[in-house]
Amino acid sequence: QTSLYINITYVTALARSKHIRQFHLTSHTQVTVRDALNQAMDEELERDERVFLLGEEVAQYDGAYKVSRGLWKKYGDKRIIDTPISEMGFAGIAVGAAMAGLRPICEFMTFNFSMQAIDQVINSAAKTYYMSAGLQPVPIVFRGPNGASAGVAAQHSQCFAAWYSHCPGLKVLSPWSAEDAKGLLKSAIRDDNPVVVLENELMYGVAFELSDEAQSKDFVIPIGKAKIERPGNHVTLVAHSRMVGFCLDAAAVLAKEGVECEVINLRTIRPLDTDTIEASIMKTNHLISVEGGWPQFGVGAEICARIMEGPAFNYLDAPAIRVTGVDIPMPYAKILEDNSVPQIKDIIFSVKKTLNM
Amino acid sequence: LPSLITPLPHFLHTGATRVLMFQRTSTGSRVVVASRTYADFTPQATFDIKKCDLHKLEEGPPLQAVLTREEGLQYYRTMQVMRRMELKADQLYKQKIIRGFCHLYDGQEACAVGIESGINRTDHLITAYRAHGYTLTRGGTVREIMAELTGRRGGIAKGKGGSMHMYAKHFYGGNGIVGAQVPLGAGVALACKYQGKNELCVCLYGDGAANQGQIFETYNMAALWKLPCIFICENNKYGMGTSVERAAASTDYYKRGDFIPGLRVDGMDILCVREATKFAAEHCRSGKGPILMELQTYRYHGHSMSDPGISYRTREEIQEVRSKSDPISLLKDRMISNNMASVEELKEIDVEVRKEIEDAAQFATTDPEPPLEDLCNHIFSNEPPMEVRGTNPWAKLKSIS
Repeated sequence: QTSLYINITYVTALARSKHIRQFHLTSHTQVTVRDALNQAMDEELERDERVFLLGEEVAQYDGAYKVSRGLWKKYGDKRIIDTPISEMGFAGIAVGAAMAGLRPICEFMTFNFSMQAIDQVINSAAKTYYMSAGLQPVPIVFRGPNGASAGVAAQHSQCFAAWYSHCPGLKVLSPWSAEDAKGLLKSAIRDDNPVVVLENELMYGVAFELSDEAQSKDFVIPIGKAKIERPGNHVTLVAHSRMVGFCLDAAAVLAKEGVECEVINLRTIRPLDTDTIEASIMKTNHLISVEGGWPQFGVGAEICARIMEGPAFNYLDAPAIRVTGVDIPMPYAKILEDNSVPQIKDIIFSVKKTLNM
Repeated sequence: LPSLITPLPHFLHTGATRVLMFQRTSTGSRVVVASRTYADFTPQATFDIKKCDLHKLEEGPPLQAVLTREEGLQYYRTMQVMRRMELKADQLYKQKIIRGFCHLYDGQEACAVGIESGINRTDHLITAYRAHGYTLTRGGTVREIMAELTGRRGGIAKGKGGSMHMYAKHFYGGNGIVGAQVPLGAGVALACKYQGKNELCVCLYGDGAANQGQIFETYNMAALWKLPCIFICENNKYGMGTSVERAAASTDYYKRGDFIPGLRVDGMDILCVREATKFAAEHCRSGKGPILMELQTYRYHGHSMSDPGISYRTREEIQEVRSKSDPISLLKDRMISNNMASVEELKEIDVEVRKEIEDAAQFATTDPEPPLEDLCNHIFSNEPPMEVRGTNPWAKLKSIS
């Protein structure tokens, strides 16, 4: 069974596209997450001249992961700025520029490096509107790949969803599909507040159907609203980013055994869309949260705590549980790395345990 | 409702305009206290100022400064307001009416007032936590500054920020994290350049902060991108309790920018500070990129109100600076000895200032605290009202922008 899931990306891409095609009646094109992010930035740069992008290799290199490909050629040195390797410095510069009226997009090559600059994100950006009692807004976007990648080992694989979502004054987004990526990044750029956009490197190359509507220059996805990717009656699976795809794959397998999973794509981690999760639990009576990050004090921990404290608790037929990354620094060897993050079989196993199958 | 009086009517440099000094009596009527003809005072004088040490600069600020009577009185008044405001804060802190952090600026007045006189109101400024003086020069009133210190709703940040987080137009605080304001200031400068408005940003930090890595990252980017940024190190010789010799391998802070030209300035002489600031501003505005100024200054108080300030320096040292280099005394002596103002006149100003501070302190101690309804407001800008979790699951608090 394990070997079936290792090269799942091709299969799931196909399954996903079939899956999504069922819900779209209009015409659509295949767009990768990378291109969706690129389109989002391109459109917003064009729309508002106060928007600019800065970060390492974003300009002449076309982006370390080619997310900003073509932008420097189109917009030039003023709007697309290559920075030296100075996270704390350039993050602070970006925040200062936002305070003085611009709308920067600050790229961290990966969010692991944002740790060097985290003071600027939290203390200079997130808290300032509050400390100034509304005098000083900070319209900034911090974006970049987050979480596990492939073979990059412990220092380059951490998920920061829990860390950033802990802090009031920040909005934290975690797109999964191309539509998510485009709509959420555009919303983030248009938002007058500090927004952290946690992308996923392994998703950059994955193509999704993008409807006509999603291709429009004004397509935005509201921040703070989760999406039900797959309706179901027996168990609620809540996930964000890459794990949404894994949940859909698990759901496809479980459907053959008569178990219908409702898969919720959080899209936004902060503010968390508790209402959608609660409504789902009231229907399915079972909750499993799935994330790539570590279990302790993670996104799933917060979801479970909220469900305990809210009306949905009374609808649970079993304890709400979490499927998470293993509580270890990320190892390098492929077999170890593969077993450090949730696999589709782990989700299936957890569903069956929860449903007492 | 002002009980302050504008001390002097605006006068022209011609004729023998009568200058009248007014004072409010308890009945509210105005009484002429002293009168002296304008022709008695010198309208302006030229003063020699200390030469600045230069780093990677061919020439520095001029060695002479022209001071008009009007300017002198204005500087005197502002510095005196700043001085008395800080001393009043000291008093209120000891009475426990101000709490938490309180970093006082007395002794350093010439820096704030001198810098402001060298830039335009439309320029930008950011500093660290010793920020009350700059909040004043950048447009904050004494009332709203003091009410912020006492945590009242009339405070400049509605009581939400406190001593270290005061903001005004083109003034970005008030920043609590040592050194973090420097990249922020360079970012403001980047915005200035980007928007093409010929504005610059003055970016202040202390001798303690000068060893922060992010400052060197900022020097690099500011120089690389030629940002219109004046970096100013207010060297008051001590980072909290650590003297500069114990903290820095090189105490030539004006050289620490390496490839950024620098000048070392006598920060106790307001004219020196003003001329250096004008020089630096000219450098920035001409597109040459950033420049660094080290202001040699001194703080009479300890690092903050919880530091008596005498464990790492002697009382004699403090006393020596007070008697020989006090910025307000220096200006006063200059004006009096050049017949630019009279002793009585300056005393009048002192009395008015005292009254202004008393009035502000009165406001700051009687204004009510912010309403509890304000607790969760101002989380996000331009956002529809939202719910915020309180201390327990049943506490659902309201937040508006």
